[in-house]
Amino acid sequence: MIEDLTFIAQISIKSSVAVLLATVGGIITERSGVLNLGIEGMMLVGALAGFAAGHFTQSPVVAVAAGTMAGGALSLVHAFFTIALRSNQVLSGLALTILGTGLANFLGRPLIGQTGVRIRQLPIPYLSDIPVIGEVFFNQSPFAYAAYLLVPLAWFVLFRTRTGLVLRAVGEDARSADVAGVNVELTRTLSVFVGGLFAGLAGTYLSLSYTPGWKETMTGGQGWIAIAMIIFCTWNPLLAFFGALLFGGLTALQFFFQATSMDLIPSYVLKMLPYLLTIGVLVLVSASSRHRKSASPADLGVPFYREL
Amino acid sequence: MIRVAKRKQPLRYQGAVATFSAVAIALVVGCVIFAALGVNPLTAYTAMGKGVLSSVDAFSEVLVKATPLIFTGLAVATAATMMLWNIGAEGQLVWGGIFAAGTALFLFPGLDGWLLIPLVLAASALGGVVWSLIPALLRAKLRVNEILTTLLLNYVAIIYMEHLFYGPWRDPAGYGFPGTAQIPEAAQLVRFAGTRISIGFPLALLCAVFLYYLLKKSIWGYQVQVIGKEQRAAHYAGFNVTGKILTVMALSGAFAGLAGMTEVCGIHYRLQTGLAVGYGYDGIIVAWLAGLNPLAVPFAAILLGALFVGGEQLQSVLGLPSSISLILEGALLFGLFAGQTLARYTLTFSSRSEVPS
Repeated sequence: MIEDLTFIAQISIKSSVAVLLATVGGIITERSGVLNLGIEGMMLVGALAGFAAGHFTQSPVVAVAAGTMAGGALSLVHAFFTIALRSNQVLSGLALTILGTGLANFLGRPLIGQTGVRIRQLPIPYLSDIPVIGEVFFNQSPFAYAAYLLVPLAWFVLFRTRTGLVLRAVGEDARSADVAGVNVELTRTLSVFVGGLFAGLAGTYLSLSYTPGWKETMTGGQGWIAIAMIIFCTWNPLLAFFGALLFGGLTALQFFFQATSMDLIPSYVLKMLPYLLTIGVLVLVSASSRHRKSASPADLGVPFYREL
Repeated sequence: MIRVAKRKQPLRYQGAVATFSAVAIALVVGCVIFAALGVNPLTAYTAMGKGVLSSVDAFSEVLVKATPLIFTGLAVATAATMMLWNIGAEGQLVWGGIFAAGTALFLFPGLDGWLLIPLVLAASALGGVVWSLIPALLRAKLRVNEILTTLLLNYVAIIYMEHLFYGPWRDPAGYGFPGTAQIPEAAQLVRFAGTRISIGFPLALLCAVFLYYLLKKSIWGYQVQVIGKEQRAAHYAGFNVTGKILTVMALSGAFAGLAGMTEVCGIHYRLQTGLAVGYGYDGIIVAWLAGLNPLAVPFAAILLGALFVGGEQLQSVLGLPSSISLILEGALLFGLFAGQTLARYTLTFSSRSEVPS
């Protein structure tokens, strides 16, 4: 029984890493007032670039760097259109997902079925020997450890540093921030870029570690689930742990039911659950609308320009 | 440093400027990709052009692709007129297909065509409506963001459809092939001689005209447009916004459901994997390329259909993956944004980052 639960918990963490990273990246972007619905596209491009770089160089470091940068690079398209040209943020984000999916499918076609670099679980000495906890948290891939560090770091930067204060000010009231001498465009561009890096890293995790290899649409909507989780965790990176774990937990249950060939719940219902649960989460959050209103950055989705 | 300032008056022919720049930017992006792959862009575009225009057969395929795109484009445009985002046309299309196949295969398999086709039509629209009413109700009653709910429900719809044709609805005589049995002949849409164009295409055009007049000439359409432009004013005017969310999304879902019907009864003749290939998402591009004007939707859909057929041609002639058309679709949309900005703002390039007073 304990073993089963440990197994489920370990897989839950494993399955939540990509959503967690993408959510935190999205929080950074949205806190500056820019909505980016292109996370799914950036994840796919990151997954492909990471896999391709690993395939050609056999170097895990190059692979991770390439995947992360690819996500960041694609995000700059969104930054250019929404910040410099003031295009509609919803549409630009959707276009980014379409473009990213197209790029990944097109460029990745020759790589389907190829082998690349694989980043395996790396138990941390001593810590992984702790009963249960060690197995669950410290027998994971380096991506999970990176997430353990990046998530609190993102919270710290956002809420405890001057940089974070400026970023949030731009998201809450761009006009006032502008009057106070903040470069709104630059701040927003950097925030979008950092969000892109996180999404790229999330995608890289999928293609190098979680399900090594390249498959078209291998993100399976995790980018969209991340966007829902941003709302669920009230734009707070620390709460993103819980949001992502909800998703990871359901995925782990699927594995568990399959592995033990228990058919209490039909497999297609299990497959639907992460999406249905995410919708349920959105409903809950909206039902307590005070929670959402106060938490959402006030200038989210509002383009900024100086009237002359 | 780029400085952007609002034009005193938007350019005339805004729409034309935006569409032109969309096509121009997509062509340029295509050139860059082809050149990067060592393919002469001219060779590639010639192959695409030939693939589309070389024969009646080839061009008829464009209209075959355009048929579901008109429906999903109308679906997205209907919702967007009221500033609602229906990203769920894909899932509504799937439910339209499920209802159509279910009606033809299991509910009334023995009926004559003149009775069965209208029933299948109504059923598919109903399927789309049911699926679109879930996010609509959540939005209207609980203010749940419809972008995410419509999108997430796509995944649910596809998983359920796959369950149906891998499981209970699988053709027992299909040698394990994932798909239902063929629908009865009475439910198959009539095709134009020698082509795969079914009466679904004229039906789609009719729907576009219907939506145009509904929005332009009815009180309902007028109110929807006012709500889309100025929600607060609509509230003060006493319009029933909640009710409009439901009816607009229902109509939107009905269009998408019909797309599923024309695919199942006009092309595949069964429920199978080829049904959910992204027409719902393409509808977003069709709707905005058309500037949300229902009468322009068929033209945008034909443009996109040509892009798809051309892309397939690239695959067979030059061995390039046909997903190039997805990249060009994204480029079309970004080009459209650039054009819209051009029409509304002036851009000046200067070395100084500070705005002179």
